Amino acid sequence: MRDLFAVVMMLGIFGLLSASFFVVMDAVDVAFTEASVGAGISTLLMLTAVTLTGRLEDGERHRPMWALVVVFITGGLLIYGTLDMPYFGSADAPIHQHVAPRYIHDSMQETGLPNIVTSVLASYRGFDTFGEVVVIFTAGMGVLALLTMGSRTGIHRVMADSIFYLMHEQHLILRILTKILIPFILLFALYVQFHGDFGPGGGFQAGVIFAAAIILYAMVFGLSTARRVINRTFFKLLSAIGVLLYGGVGVVSLLNGGNFLDYNVLADDPVAGQHLGILLIEFGVGCTVASVMVIIFFNFSGRREFP
Amino acid sequence: MILGLYNYWVVVVLMMIGLYIVIAHGNLIKKIVGLTIFQTAVFIFYISMAKVDGATAPVLAEGISQYSNPLPHVLILTAIVVGIATVALGLALAVRINEAYGSIEEESIQNQDNQEC
Repeated sequence: MRDLFAVVMMLGIFGLLSASFFVVMDAVDVAFTEASVGAGISTLLMLTAVTLTGRLEDGERHRPMWALVVVFITGGLLIYGTLDMPYFGSADAPIHQHVAPRYIHDSMQETGLPNIVTSVLASYRGFDTFGEVVVIFTAGMGVLALLTMGSRTGIHRVMADSIFYLMHEQHLILRILTKILIPFILLFALYVQFHGDFGPGGGFQAGVIFAAAIILYAMVFGLSTARRVINRTFFKLLSAIGVLLYGGVGVVSLLNGGNFLDYNVLADDPVAGQHLGILLIEFGVGCTVASVMVIIFFNFSGRREFP
Repeated sequence: MILGLYNYWVVVVLMMIGLYIVIAHGNLIKKIVGLTIFQTAVFIFYISMAKVDGATAPVLAEGISQYSNPLPHVLILTAIVVGIATVALGLALAVRINEAYGSIEEESIQNQDNQEC
């Protein structure tokens, strides 16, 4: 396919399909994340990148011969490698024997949360998640560093905004619908954030949904209007505050005599301490993810040039 | 029954589609799309390993004794969000390359570099 717009749309459909596949596989939290990321934000970012780089591919170089050879050899070896693997869905596969039974049996007594995924994410493997949040933060800073250098002059920006304005005058139905929808999307994001302990959801999903609401607003009403509502410095600060909140919880538990990110010592009762710790770090994750997504989108679309 | 391994084969096929796109296409955006497909194949690999027949989603409830393995779910959940952040970084690089070279085709970037030497 030469048309990159179609390619990106197909990728969005692929994301949605894999999300529904994850539901079938009982991975509701993962499906939630994939639906909001794979079918939502990633399609949007790809589309903005395509508007910046040109929609059509000039496909001169396309010699599939060697690529096919490499792909078939690798694929064959991989399939040969699967012959020793445990069968699909078998309960006595090695993966189900070691840590997972402990999480399933003890997490209710230790953290008091019915959603095992949340308690593993935020408590048992809190250190990993801290690393992931730092990676997301760093990626956001990388995009900032790459895309704020040498951006357009002020005159261009005014011109671009006025074209934006003309364009958006026409979409009356779209604007009214967006205005009705956005409060509900924000509310839903908050619900996902704070209900993640009990049902599917959590900081990662909530952050992405929250960012999606703001991005929707920016797309329909124009970037300049969105900039008036949303302060960029605020979002840059918020992404750092999220990481700091996460690390801060760890340091506080150190000071209280526990290990880093050991929430048992945060309150008199270990289970209450776990509750508090998980709530706080999920909030930190949500802040960082939402603000990094908004920063990335604003930097991409802020660079768009109009003829 | 060897057919019980079909989930891995689906993953391998998807992975090879992604790898093929990365190798055979010169367009940088398409390469990123290929990487995304490859990445999703890895996600499906993990999630399909966590599946247990007759089990339910890992949210504790009364009267249910068998749950899917929650650990791969946690790993993949965070990997998806990290994945989008790195994809955004890759797209930002593509945008900058387009500004510097006026193209995101590998061939034409290579030609411009050769002329400068």
